[in-house]
Amino acid sequence: MRRARIGLLVLAAILLALPLALPNAFYFDVVNRMAINAIVVLGLNLLIGFAGQISLGHAGFFGIGAYASAVLTTHFGWSPLAALVAGAVAAALLALAIAPPIFRLRGHYLAMATLGLGIVISIVIRNEATYTGGPDGMPVPPLAAFGFEIGGEREWYWVLAGLLLFSVWACQNLIDSPFGRALRALHGSEVASQVVGVDVTRYKVTIFALSAFFASIVGSLSAHYVGFVTPNCAEFFHSVELLTMVIVGGMASVFGSVIGAVLLTALPQALATIEGWETVAFGVILIVSMIFLPKGLVPTLAAKIGWGR
Amino acid sequence: MRRLQTIIAAAAMCFGLSAPGGAAEPIRIGSILSVTGPAAFLGDPELKTLQLYVETINQRGGVLGRPLQLVHYDDGSDASKANGFVKRLIEDDKIDVLIGGTTTGSTMSMVPAVERAGIPFVSLAGGVVIVDPVKKWLFKTPHTDRMAAERVFEDMKKRGLTRIALLSETSGFGQSGRKESEAAATRLGITLVANETYGPKDTDMTPQLTTIRGKADVQALFVFGLGQGPAIVNKNAKMLGLSLPVYHAHGVASEEFIRLSDGAAEGVRLPAAALLVAAKLPDEDPQKPVALGYTKAYTERFKEDVSTFGGHAHDALSIVVSAIERAGSTDKAKVRDAIEQTKDHVGAGGRFTMSPTDHMGLDLSAFRMLEVRNGDWVLID
Repeated sequence: MRRARIGLLVLAAILLALPLALPNAFYFDVVNRMAINAIVVLGLNLLIGFAGQISLGHAGFFGIGAYASAVLTTHFGWSPLAALVAGAVAAALLALAIAPPIFRLRGHYLAMATLGLGIVISIVIRNEATYTGGPDGMPVPPLAAFGFEIGGEREWYWVLAGLLLFSVWACQNLIDSPFGRALRALHGSEVASQVVGVDVTRYKVTIFALSAFFASIVGSLSAHYVGFVTPNCAEFFHSVELLTMVIVGGMASVFGSVIGAVLLTALPQALATIEGWETVAFGVILIVSMIFLPKGLVPTLAAKIGWGR
Repeated sequence: MRRLQTIIAAAAMCFGLSAPGGAAEPIRIGSILSVTGPAAFLGDPELKTLQLYVETINQRGGVLGRPLQLVHYDDGSDASKANGFVKRLIEDDKIDVLIGGTTTGSTMSMVPAVERAGIPFVSLAGGVVIVDPVKKWLFKTPHTDRMAAERVFEDMKKRGLTRIALLSETSGFGQSGRKESEAAATRLGITLVANETYGPKDTDMTPQLTTIRGKADVQALFVFGLGQGPAIVNKNAKMLGLSLPVYHAHGVASEEFIRLSDGAAEGVRLPAAALLVAAKLPDEDPQKPVALGYTKAYTERFKEDVSTFGGHAHDALSIVVSAIERAGSTDKAKVRDAIEQTKDHVGAGGRFTMSPTDHMGLDLSAFRMLEVRNGDWVLID
């Protein structure tokens, strides 16, 4: 477990040194988006990688957070912090309410049910145009709390970098706790873990709600950061993007989540200059990485250099 | 000795090449368009048009003796990506002007960064919110949905049709159109006796049309949508024997729409830019040469029909180029002021006269009322 701590320290050092290497606000923006994605992917990886439950509707929870922040602050005059908390609680409650029936399903059926949930959320956002601005989206006021206002890519960098560090640390601790061990047990075999006294349903529901909570908070922050939300953020394609980050980075790997988010956020920017072919190049890179690194980047490479897990 | 000569020759060549290069620093035009994703049918002709005209202008010697350079990124119809790319254009590519934002969403998501940086920005999206309220650096060339609704209602009133049914698509275009139509109806004394919607992917609108037919006193039908949907409405209306006069919005103004309607578009009316009926315009119309010239250049190069959307890109670029020429430099504040002073600029979409309170510069005359007769568009006024 010392290795995990070393990883955390390395990440902290990189985050501290990075601002010196970033030439302008655009690069800060890319790094900020990486951090935003990384935090959601960490939460999603707890659910998918560690507990072995798939979710194809995670962008829906992200969208709940984003729109809670947009709608409650704009139309009802809430403070951004209160809206953020309200969104996160709403997302977690929705997850709690919907999880017991959903988690009676497994495999493809579970995938279908979560897919449906995500789509329902995005349809609601799209159609409640009086509040959400419909498909064109709506602006979001900047994040202000306790008399401070976070503005500009550089200030956001420190907020998001801090949150990312905290999330990584929290995930590592969670996985090493009895709770985390129970999760991994039910991933291995639900029957076996039930036999040794793990309340399977309770653990699945809790981790689902927790990752929804994570996603909603990041959704709120990202809405304030970008300053504008559209229903795209809650849509199926965004769910798939997040899922791809989990899989490319490495399932059940904390740093895999971070690396996956970093790579898949940077790739479209790096490919943007080869106009017309960016989607093709993106697809080829994904296919090749899945063929040669089937367990994901971090776990496969770690096994190669003999670190194991 | 020979080696020295080579070095001198090489050095001279370097100087020879770099000297004019240094003098003719390119004018960087940034653009972010939705070339892929759901809005690709808008973004694709826009990008082609920009590329075509940047090439043409450079062949003619550029602007102020400097070549134009188009720096383009595709936002994949995702507003949040547009917001990221615009920072790249501003910070990294150091653009002089920005043309783009295919959708209202992506335009609005770029506004805060552009306003902060202070870069002249001409949007290609339709939404009224882009220019109302006016933002200092932001202009647009497409007609708004408000204008389309007003133009249609004007024509209805001329025919004595005041009690109408509105059928709108649940897409961004349709919903914004619905909102503007509702507001315009109240202003112009039109009563909406039915107000129905359909999904952009629906394949059958008979339920909505049956409801509308059930309203005893309905006099006309106004459909606000894009793509397939409005053509399906035409077919369903014919099938149901609905005898109401049908109006559509400007979004379906294309030859494709008549083809898709499969004979059911006869008698349908809609407002459209002059571009669509370029060849049929009277010779004294100042828009005729511009619209015909654009149509010829575009179809020759890309072997496909022109669309109003490409026309918006054509107008945006020509307004920007003319503004840079009048400003005599690429100084951002001067170019912005020059764009705002655009006066009687004839484009494919209309005649633009901008002012500090009007950053679109079009009036209702930019829309021509068209009717489908014998499978072709006919100008009716």
